[in-house]
Amino acid sequence: MSLQLLFDALSLGGIYAIAALGIALIFGVMKLVNFAHGQFIACAVFALILPSTDAVAALGLGLLPTPLLILAILGFGAGLAVAAEALVFRPLRNASPVALMVGSFALGVALQNFLLVLYGGRPKAISLWAGLGAPVRIGPAEVPLLQLIVIAAVIAILLALGLMLKRSRLGLEMRAAAADFGMAQLLGVRANRVISGAFALSGALAAVVALVMVAQTGVADVRMGGQIMLIAFIATVVGGMGSLPGAVAAGLAIGAASALLQAGLPDAARPFRDAFLYALVIVVLLFRPQGLFAAADAKPRV
Amino acid sequence: MITQHRIRRRMATTTPILLALLLLAFVALTLALGDRAAARMASETLIRVTLVVGFWIFAGNSGVISFGHAAFACVGAYVSAWTTLNPAMKATLLPGLPPALAEAHWHVLPAALTAGLVAAALALVTGAAILRLSGIAASIATFAFLAMVNTIWANWTPVTGGTSSVVGLARYVTPWVALGWAIAAILAASLYAASASGLALRATREDEVAASASGIDQYRHRLLAYTLSAFFCGVGGALAGHFIGVINPDGFYLSLTFLMLAMLVVGGIGSLSGAVIGVLAVSLAVEALVRLEKGFTLGTATFALPPGSQEIIIAVAMILVLVFRPAGLMAGREIMLPARWVTGRGTSQN
Repeated sequence: MSLQLLFDALSLGGIYAIAALGIALIFGVMKLVNFAHGQFIACAVFALILPSTDAVAALGLGLLPTPLLILAILGFGAGLAVAAEALVFRPLRNASPVALMVGSFALGVALQNFLLVLYGGRPKAISLWAGLGAPVRIGPAEVPLLQLIVIAAVIAILLALGLMLKRSRLGLEMRAAAADFGMAQLLGVRANRVISGAFALSGALAAVVALVMVAQTGVADVRMGGQIMLIAFIATVVGGMGSLPGAVAAGLAIGAASALLQAGLPDAARPFRDAFLYALVIVVLLFRPQGLFAAADAKPRV
Repeated sequence: MITQHRIRRRMATTTPILLALLLLAFVALTLALGDRAAARMASETLIRVTLVVGFWIFAGNSGVISFGHAAFACVGAYVSAWTTLNPAMKATLLPGLPPALAEAHWHVLPAALTAGLVAAALALVTGAAILRLSGIAASIATFAFLAMVNTIWANWTPVTGGTSSVVGLARYVTPWVALGWAIAAILAASLYAASASGLALRATREDEVAASASGIDQYRHRLLAYTLSAFFCGVGGALAGHFIGVINPDGFYLSLTFLMLAMLVVGGIGSLSGAVIGVLAVSLAVEALVRLEKGFTLGTATFALPPGSQEIIIAVAMILVLVFRPAGLMAGREIMLPARWVTGRGTSQN
C-alpha cells in the first residue's frame, strides 16, 4: 500500500514538476506567466489525431512508430511555442508583466477555441500505447508499467535539462538572462535566441505532459491542459517565482500532497481533493509569501 | 479664487454623471430602435457593466489583475437563487440546503444585496490570504481561487446542483433594472476612486516602493478595494442568473473571466470610463459576431462564421490592443466636462 502510494506520488509529482518547469523557464527569462501553457498541452494532444468533429478519433501523427511519434510531438510542441513567441510575445517584449500575462491568457482562449472549431467540443477516445496499463509487480505493490516509464522519463528529462543549463552555452545564457536580462544583453547574450530557446524547451515539455496524459487517460479533450497548468502555476509560486529547482521541488511536493489526499480523504470529500489542495497552497503562502525556494534576488532592489 | 485642485475635483464629479447619461442614452436608443433581441442585448451589456466596473474597482486602482472575480459572480448568482427560489422547487433541486435557506422565499432586491454581501465577505476572507502576495503571484493565487470555487460548486451537488443547472430563477432583470445597478456600481467606483483609500491604492499601483515609503499600507487598501469590488461582482452574478433564469457553475468560469478581462483591456484598465467604454465596445462587437455566426445573406449566398470564431476574434483583438494601444481605447483618461464648464461664469482661467 505505502509503496504503491510512493509510486503514485512520484509519477504524479513528476508530471507536475515537468509542467511547472515549462512555466518557470519562460517566467525566468522574460517574466511572462504563460497562461497559454495549458493550451500548448491540449494542442500537442490534438496533434496526434486528424481534425474532425466525429466522436471517435482517427490517428494522424499518432500512427507513426513510437520513437518518431515522440520526436514529432516534441517538435510540434516546441514549434508551436516558438511560433507563439514570435507572433504574440515578441511584439509585447517591452510590455509590463501584467500585459504579457493578459496577452497569454488571450492567446490561450484563441487556441482553445481554434481546437473547438477544428475538433468539436466532445472528448474523443484515443487508443495510444494501450499496453502500458499492464501492472508490474514490485515487492508487495502492483504498479502500472506506465508509471514506471513516467518516473524514468521525468528523471531523465530533469538530468538532461540540468546538464544543459549547467554545461551548454545556451543554458548558460538562459541562466544569465534569468538573473538579469538587461545585464546579460549588455554582455553579449542574444535576447531573441535565448527567449526562443526557452519557448522551444517549454513547448517540448508541454508535449511531454501531453503524451503522458494521453497514455494515462486515453482521451483527448479541449480542456485537458487547464487543470495541470493551474497546478504548475501553483508549483511555480510555491517554489518561488523564477526558481527552476524550486518549481521542480514544489511540483513533486504538490504531486505527493495530491496522492496523499486522494488516499487519505474520506470518500465523500474526495471530489473536493483539488479544492483542499488549493487551500493548502494558500496556507503555505500565508507563511512564506515569497515561496519556499525564493531566489535571493527575487525582491526588487531600489 | 478657485484653485486648480477644486477644478479637478469638480471635473472628476462629472465623470459618473456623464457615464450614467451615456448608459441611459444607450438603453433608450436600443429600446427605441431595436427588436426584442436588442433589448436582451441591452440588459446583458448593462449587467456586464456592473460586473466589469466592480472588477475595475480592484484591478484598475491596484494594477493587480484578478482572475477570481468570476467566482464572486458565481457565488452571488447562487446566493440569489438559494434565497429567492420557490421552496417546493428547492426541496427537489437542492435537497442539501440548510433549513433556513430551504424555506427562504425572499424578494429579489434583498436577495441581490445579500448576494453582494456574501461575495464581499468571501473576498474579505480569501483576500486576507491572497493579497499578501506580490502582484503577479497574487494574480496566480486568484486563479487558484477561481478554480477552487468552480471545483466546489461543480461537486457539492446537494447544495449547488453540481454541474446540472439550477432552473426557475425569477426573470426580473429588464434593461431598466440592469441600468439601475450599473449606475450604482459606477457611483460606488468613482466615490472609491476619489477617496483617500483609492488615491493611496493608485499610488501603490504606480510605485510600490515609493508608496510604502510614504507610509501607505498597500495590503489594507488592496483588501478594501477587493471587498468592495467583490460586492458588485456578486450583485452582477445575481443579475446575470436572474436574466437568463438558469445558472450553472461553468457559466461563471473561464469564459466569463476572459470576457471581463477583454472588456477591461480593450477599454483601458487605467480609468473608470475605460471600463465602461470597453464593455460597450466589446458587447457590440460580440453581438455583431454572434449574428454573423448565425449567418447573413448577401445577394443569393448565405455566409456564416464557424461557431466558436467569435471568441477567437475577440482574443485576437485583445492581443492587438495590447500590442498597439497598451493603455486601451481610453488610454487612462476619464470622460469629463472641460474645466471652463465647471468653474462657472467669470472665474474661468483665461
